[in-house]
Amino acid sequence: MQSGLTDVFAAERVRAIAAAHQAERGALLPILHDIQAEFGYVDPAVEPVLADALNLSTAEVHGVISFYRDFRREPAGRVTVRLCRAEACQAMGANELVEHAEASLGVPVGETTRDGAVTLDEVFCLGNCALGPAVQVGERLHGRVTPARFDALLGEAR
Amino acid sequence: MKVYIPRDSAARSVGADEVAERIAAAAAAAGRGAEVVRTGTRGMLWLEPLVEVETPAGRMGYGPVQLEDVDGLVAAGMLDGAEHELSLGLVDQLDWMRSQRRVTFARVGVIDPLSAEDYTAHGGLAGLRRALDMAPADVVTEVTDSGLRGRGGAGFPTGIKWKTVLGAQAEQKFICCNADEGDSGTFADRMLIEGDPFTLIEGMTIAAHAVGATEGYVYLRSEYPDAVATLRSAIDIAYTHGWLGERVLGSDLRFDLHVRVGAGAYICGEETSMLESLEGKRGTVRPKPPIPALEGLFGQPTVVNNVLSLGSVPAIMADGAAAFAELGVGRSRGTQVFQLGGNIARGGIVETEFGVTLGELVQIFGGGTASGRPVRAVQVGGPLGAYLPVERFDLPMDYEAFAASGAMVGHGGIVVFDDTVDMAGMARFAMEFCAEESCGRCTPCRVGAVRGVETIDRIRAGEDREKNLVLLEDLCELMTDGSLCAMGGLTPMPVRSAVKHFGEDFGK
Repeated sequence: MQSGLTDVFAAERVRAIAAAHQAERGALLPILHDIQAEFGYVDPAVEPVLADALNLSTAEVHGVISFYRDFRREPAGRVTVRLCRAEACQAMGANELVEHAEASLGVPVGETTRDGAVTLDEVFCLGNCALGPAVQVGERLHGRVTPARFDALLGEAR
Repeated sequence: MKVYIPRDSAARSVGADEVAERIAAAAAAAGRGAEVVRTGTRGMLWLEPLVEVETPAGRMGYGPVQLEDVDGLVAAGMLDGAEHELSLGLVDQLDWMRSQRRVTFARVGVIDPLSAEDYTAHGGLAGLRRALDMAPADVVTEVTDSGLRGRGGAGFPTGIKWKTVLGAQAEQKFICCNADEGDSGTFADRMLIEGDPFTLIEGMTIAAHAVGATEGYVYLRSEYPDAVATLRSAIDIAYTHGWLGERVLGSDLRFDLHVRVGAGAYICGEETSMLESLEGKRGTVRPKPPIPALEGLFGQPTVVNNVLSLGSVPAIMADGAAAFAELGVGRSRGTQVFQLGGNIARGGIVETEFGVTLGELVQIFGGGTASGRPVRAVQVGGPLGAYLPVERFDLPMDYEAFAASGAMVGHGGIVVFDDTVDMAGMARFAMEFCAEESCGRCTPCRVGAVRGVETIDRIRAGEDREKNLVLLEDLCELMTDGSLCAMGGLTPMPVRSAVKHFGEDFGK
């Protein structure tokens, strides 16, 4: 899907994913999660394909995709790191950790390192509020992340 | 011999998986057959990874156990419950545990969360069996009599909500569990789902019987991948045991349960926005009325309850309404699962009766700050809750007492800050968060939050302080009165309380 959804195979896969959820009510979110799991992001080219498959307007599909933070419009790096910036982690130095991460990786929050290895992102609460600052590397949660531990985690993940 | 180590994501976040693997290997190397059981967490998070060893006297605790401690612990006789510098004694006898009253969390940290045998051996299904023998209206009465109020934050009586849905005439009714636990400082929903998911399933099934619903959804946030996986496994297991599906436990009840994963929108924790999201739409807020109990999911009568509300129902049905109602104070009945987080020495879960004071939770259970500096502020009830100073530590945890003080108990989350906190910065963050997460449906929230950030910036920069503080108060009043839901309506609470109690940070 790197070439975009113009390719016939990708469009067929999107239709197949939509069909797999046919029996579920209001299944657009599960469908979008599956598309993102398979392709790594939700290419704008899926909008007309999904609209057609689900009998929605393209605007409706676009509106849903753009509402939710989880759905990426372009591929992420090989590893996505999310730093919690909510209050409980702020009380334990989350803002300082964000500054360190940006300096250490050389990219601001929301961007991917030039070598395509790491996407640095933020999140508001990972439910690890007694062991902050919390960081998610891929799907794996980490607690009490000091700047040194952050660098070690990134070293393992890269 | 059994060794218990949590599989809760908080415990895993500080190395529980690695410790569990190492203990299994070290036990095997020592020629000992140790069965490692992965449980939920006891909620003593500063002791994680907490290892418990079964002994004739009870479960002996060791913690926090680091990977490099394991070989020494096994050599010192941990597998026989021997003393060690990491020994904590019998876990059930620790002050932290003994001072609590665990009802909703009775099994969390004790059982294997995905063992149906463990669940029933520890009292699981007793509530559902009793409910199925009762008429739906009697179940609703029992829940009403217990005094249970919505644990998600609003505190609306659960039984009244159920009664409305029971009385509604419709072909299809739904049970929706709001597990979009997006508030910073709250993690009890996640811990219950990861530590005792069958309790939630049982509570939802009782609700289905009580109101005449046949289909349920758990809306679970995507930030909790471990909880999603555990709940999906638990639902599969429940189906194979006949706890879900056609003829639940041999009765005439049919109930199907689905998990839906959110997509990173805080606003979807608001019930009508959650319903929109479940329908596959943008998570914008619906005006009320109509209330979801009459026109909810896909326009049908719908029970929308928080994880802890539904998770409390099995115990209420098993032990009777009176046992629950006799706990608590005033109109706040039963127990609440308080969550201690932020800059705190002993963070975690404290389930206790309503009426415990804020100070007891922060100072006695929590042990003050993690940094060792003085406590300056605590935020109670999530990002939309008030900031309170130490002078208010005498406040009892009670919905009405908090409301009378311009604060809210909310979901029971308490976030502690030490004396290095900049409260004007926290007030700005509250507005910034609202601006970021507003669904955009109503103007006071969508535009007000942006203007709030700008106004606080001017105050912090020393620009026309007096005038801008008046303007900020005016804006807060408008957002409180004019917003469609709690997002815009309650964002002023942390802002106003910060100005009121910590005026010096705003140059007052």
